[in-house]
Amino acid sequence: MNQKNNEPGTEALDDLDRAILNEIQVHFPIVSRPYAEVGQRLGLSETEVLARVQRLHDQGIIRRIGANFNSRKLGYTSTLCTAEVPEAQMEQFVQVVNRYAGVTHNYLRRHRYNIWFTLIAPSTERIEQILTEISAQTGIKEIYSLPARQIFKIQADFPL
Amino acid sequence: MLTASEKRIIRALQIDLEVRAQPFLPLAESLGLSETELLAAIRDLMARGYIRRFGATIRHRISGFDANAMVAWAVPPSEINRVGQILAGYREVTHCYERQITGNWPYNLFTMIHARTQSECQEMAQRMAELTGIKDYELLFSDVELKKTTMRYFRDHAEDTGELPPADTKTINPH
Repeated sequence: MNQKNNEPGTEALDDLDRAILNEIQVHFPIVSRPYAEVGQRLGLSETEVLARVQRLHDQGIIRRIGANFNSRKLGYTSTLCTAEVPEAQMEQFVQVVNRYAGVTHNYLRRHRYNIWFTLIAPSTERIEQILTEISAQTGIKEIYSLPARQIFKIQADFPL
Repeated sequence: MLTASEKRIIRALQIDLEVRAQPFLPLAESLGLSETELLAAIRDLMARGYIRRFGATIRHRISGFDANAMVAWAVPPSEINRVGQILAGYREVTHCYERQITGNWPYNLFTMIHARTQSECQEMAQRMAELTGIKDYELLFSDVELKKTTMRYFRDHAEDTGELPPADTKTINPH
C-alpha cells in the first residue's frame, strides 16, 4: 500500500546535504555553473556539490530539478476533483483518470469521497469535457470539480 | 503575452534538469540558443511570474514530516479571508486554498498540513479549529499516491486526449 517503507528517511541526510537542498530548493542559481555558486555559498567545491546532488537525485530524495509554472498565468485552468468510487470500480476508474496528462496528482484518501485528483487543461470547457468523458467511460456519474477561488498559500519547498 | 520562442523555452523547461556542471547548456543547444540567452530568458520568465519557482523538488517525507493530511474546512464566506490568512501562517501548512463548493461537498477552505504522525495531524487540526472557531472540518489522509507528475504545458499535441500517459507517470496499482 504505502510506499513509505521503501523510501530513505531523514537519517540518510547530513548537515551538508540539508544545506545544499535548502539552497537548491529556493535559490537555485540561474547561471552557467549553478553548483559552483552553491558551493561558494556553502564553502564547498563544485565537485563535492555535484556528487552530493547526484546521490540525492539517485536516492529519490530530489524528485526533480526544474521550473514550476504558474498554470493560470500560462492561460491554463486547474481544478481539484473528487468522486465516491466503489472498491469494485476503483482499478478501472484510476486507469481512465490517470491516462490524462492534465491529471497531475491523484490520491486515494480515507473518506467517503475517496478519490482526489488535480486536473489542468487549456480551458474550463475542456475540463468539463474531460470529466464528462471520464464519467461516460467509468459509469461514475458524480465527479465534483472544486476550482480554487483564492490562493492563500502555495509552498512547494519545505525547509529541512 | 508569450512569444512563440518563449513557449518553446517553457516546453523545454518542463524536464528534470540533468545533474552536471553546466546543466543549462544541453537545453540551450537543443533550442538553438546560447547558454547566456537561455539563462536570460529563464530569469525574465521568473521576473514576469510565469515561472513560480525554479529549483529542486524534494520528497516531503524526507524532511522528517512523515504524515500529511488534507484538511477541508466549512468556513462562512464572510470569514474566509480571516481564517485563510490564519491557517496560511502555519509553517506546517504548505497549501491553503479557498475552493468553490458543490453538490454534497460543503467544505470551502482546503489546507495541506504536515506533521510527524497522523495523530499529530489530528491534534494540529484541533488546535487550528480552536484558534479559528471553525469547528466543522474533515481530515483526509492519503492511503495511496496513485499519480504524481508535472504538467506538460504547450505540448506539440496540445489536446489532452487521455490516450497517452506522459513518459514519467508513476502509476501505482491500488490493489
